[in-house]
Formats: sequence, structure tokens, C-alpha cells
Amino acid sequence: MSRVGWIRIAVLVIAIGLLELCCRVGLIDHRVVIPPSQMADALIRLLISGEANDQIVRTFGIVVIAALISIVAGFALGLVIHALPRVRQSLDPFFATYYAVPIFIFYPVLIVIFGLSVIPIMLMGVATAIVAMIIATLNGLDRVPQVLTKVARVHRMGTIATALLLKLPAAAPHLFTGVKLAVSYAFIGVIASEFILAPAGLGRVISDAYSDFNNRQMYALMLLLIIVATAVNMALHVVDQRWAERRGIAKL
Amino acid sequence: MTARDEDIHASLSGVTRVYPGAAGTPPVHALGPIDLELKRGEFFAVVGPSGCGKSTLLEVLAGLQQPTAGTVTFEGRPVSGKVSDGIGVVFQEDASFPWLTVWDNAAFGLRRNGVAAAEIRRRVDDALAFMGLTDFARAYPAQLSGGMRQRVCISRTLVLQPRLILLDEPFGALDAQTRLLMGDEVLRLWRRTGATILLITHALDEAAMLADRIGAMSARPGRFLDIVVTGWPRERDSKIVSEAGFAEITGRLWDNLRGESMKSLGHSGVMAG
Repeated sequence: MSRVGWIRIAVLVIAIGLLELCCRVGLIDHRVVIPPSQMADALIRLLISGEANDQIVRTFGIVVIAALISIVAGFALGLVIHALPRVRQSLDPFFATYYAVPIFIFYPVLIVIFGLSVIPIMLMGVATAIVAMIIATLNGLDRVPQVLTKVARVHRMGTIATALLLKLPAAAPHLFTGVKLAVSYAFIGVIASEFILAPAGLGRVISDAYSDFNNRQMYALMLLLIIVATAVNMALHVVDQRWAERRGIAKL
Repeated sequence: MTARDEDIHASLSGVTRVYPGAAGTPPVHALGPIDLELKRGEFFAVVGPSGCGKSTLLEVLAGLQQPTAGTVTFEGRPVSGKVSDGIGVVFQEDASFPWLTVWDNAAFGLRRNGVAAAEIRRRVDDALAFMGLTDFARAYPAQLSGGMRQRVCISRTLVLQPRLILLDEPFGALDAQTRLLMGDEVLRLWRRTGATILLITHALDEAAMLADRIGAMSARPGRFLDIVVTGWPRERDSKIVSEAGFAEITGRLWDNLRGESMKSLGHSGVMAG
């Protein structure tokens, strides 16, 4: 492992160790935060008991579907918008301000329309993630070198072949940034929606545990979400790094 | 078709290119009128001041741009806004595909054309060996120097066995020594393929070393002021720069271009004479 990797692990271990110490010596009230070792213990017991399996499958299933819809639809919309400069000009201000709007205000509207089910939660996940993918697609296509379009014409390639064989791979690093953001935002959108109002799901269970002062369950599930979200993001980051190295693009 | 017609590989006749002006700005007359006949198998270089329309000339000949007026032909057939089969173009910018290995870069056009796998392997291996890239076949362009990446692009063109190769300042981004060595490689390629080559360059020494004939262009709108015949033997390399005739050729080119370069820099009234 590189020195940077070791430093990263050391920072993590020190932070967890400090929290453990503060909880154990009473600097942090155990009614507020339990020691990380107890969080891990509670999580392992919860997973072994299978008590929360349905909720885990439900929530992560919605996240996966929301992320996939956002990535595929965001890419397709990005392609179409990029091909229509006037439409893009008119939409650019909306994209620029999209994440300044607290889109969760629309969640109650979606519940009124679709009922208290999986659909409003999934739509919130998509709504949170899709614009990041559209913006990344537009950025990526903007950065495709002009010379590749000439190369495509020299090879007598049509519009679709040029898009699939040259523009898409040329824009791939930016698209992958969009994929990473879309996955992260889908997580946030789904969990936050469940937390606000949902018949089931990890967000709802965490919310219930919070109301019931059930710290062990609350922190166990929070730990699970942190581990899964971090692991997914790290995996995507590793793939991104490998591609970047291959292309000679410096990424941190 | 007469013997003379058969000898003419590509031609431009009365070609002009005018770019329409953007809102509120007048049209830009970039090129012409230009008349040029490229003989089969010759090496023709075009030199001229910045912005004189050299690259426009190449793109019109390639079929990447439509001329505003005039006709362009390749092997007796008109070229009209489409790149004809048999024409290969190498650009100044790095046009290698960073997501493909060197080998896959070179094989790209052949795969597009549905060439059989064994034939692709034969042609790509041969082209990479010719360009000295065999040891880098599995490398990605990012792992190579600028000169080697340009060789990858030349290999990608070479495997398609073009009969007319258009080089748009392919060594513009390279240092002087690498440019000389790349020039040797282009000469080897030219002799081996027997293709007709049109080279666009801003370097007078490069044009004088490589070409059979050199067209010196005026400032915009680009027209040929002079066509210089070098008279070099077909078997030549970069050592030719030490020949006495080399300095005469570059001197004659500079005589033609000095005033034009001043014009393109906006110094005509100040520096004339």
C-alpha cells in the first residue's frame, strides 16, 4: 500500500480510537453516542439475527434502481441537450441553480400523487441524482477534442458510430464522475426520504430507533449505511483512478 | 484520359473558401483562388504565414470542407464534402485514442472497415514495426511521448494504405531534433508506400528537407506566390540539411514569405523594405 493509503488508514483509526476513548471515559454521554466498538457489535448481532434484512434489501434495492435510472436517463438527456444548443442555453440556468433548491419540499407532493410507497422515495432518489449525471455528460461532451470529430469524418463514420465509438469513450472520465455523484446522491435522496416519511426502509428504522432511544440499533444501522456508501464510493474511485492513470489524467 | 491526366493524382482548380461572418461581422475570405495539381507519388509541402489558410487548403482537399467556389478532384473524381476512399489525414493535434492501446489505435480503421482479423494483425504489426512501435503495442498513448503518439496516428493512417496522405503540421508540437527524425520517418514511409503526400508546415527547413515541390502561400486570403522545385533525389534523409542547395531553397522561401508574414502580423506598413 502507498504512503498516502497508510496515512488515510491512520487518520481513520485515530478518529475512531478518539471517539472510543471519549465514550469510554465519559467525555461523551453514552445516552448520546455509544462507543464505536458497541456500534460494530450491535451491527454484527443485527446482521446475524436477520432482523433488519428486509429493510436492508428494500433500501439498497431502491438506491440501486434510482442510481441506474439517473445514470441511464441522465446520460441520454445529456446527449440530447448537448445536440440542441438552444435548448441547452435555456436550461443552463436551471442546472446551475438546481442543487440550491431544497428538492425535498416536493416529497409531500409525490406522496400525495403516488401514495406512501416505494415510488415517491425512488423518484426523490432520481430527482437528487439525475441532474449531476446530466451536467457531467454535458461537461464530458464539451471536452471531446474537436480533432476526434475530424478523425471520425476521415474514417467516414456516421453520427451514431461517432457518438458510440469516439465521443462516448473520449467523454468517459467525466461521465464516470457523473456516475460517482449519481450513486452518492441516490443514497442521500433515498435514505433522507425514508427518514422523513416512509412505511419501511433503513431510514424509517433509524428514525424509529431515534424516537425510541434505541441507540444500539440506530448507530448500528448508521454504521451500516456509512460502510456501504463508503465502500461503493471507494470502489468507484479505484476504477476511476485506474482509468485516469491509463489515460494520463492526474486525479487525486 | 491522357497520360498527363493520369499523372495528376489530385487537383484544386479555382478553389476559394469564404467563411460566413458571425452576427454583425463580415465574411472571412480564407483561401484562394488556388490552382494546384499534385502529381502521383510526389511529396508536396505548403508553407505560409500563420492564418493564411494552409489547413483550410488541406481540409478542402481532404473533403472535410466544401470549397466556396472551384473544383477539387482526387484520382479524376470530384471531392465534395466527404473524405474519399484512399485519402488519409494526420492532424497536428494529438488524435490518438487514449482509451485504446497503441495496437488497437492502429487497428481502429481496419476494424471499422470489416477487414479480416488475420489481415488486421498482419497490417498493424507491420505498421507498428515500420514506425518503431512494436515494443509499445500494449502501451496506452498516455505512456508515450508526443512524437510517439504522433507515430501512433501515422500508423493508424498507414494501415489503411492511403494513396494520398495529407499531413497537417504533424510535427508542430515537437522539438526541433525530434522533428528532423520524424521527417526521416515520413520520407521512409513515402518511399515505401509510393503515396502522394501533401504536407502543411510552418517550418521552412522541414518543407525544404522533405518535399519535391514547395508551395509558398501569401497572407490571407491564401494564394500560391511561388512553387519551388527542390530537385532532391527520392532517396534522401535529414542529412540533406547540410547540402549547399538546402540554404538556397530556404532562402528563396523566406524571400517569398517575409513580407507576407509581416502582413499577417499587421506590420506591413512599419517593417516594409
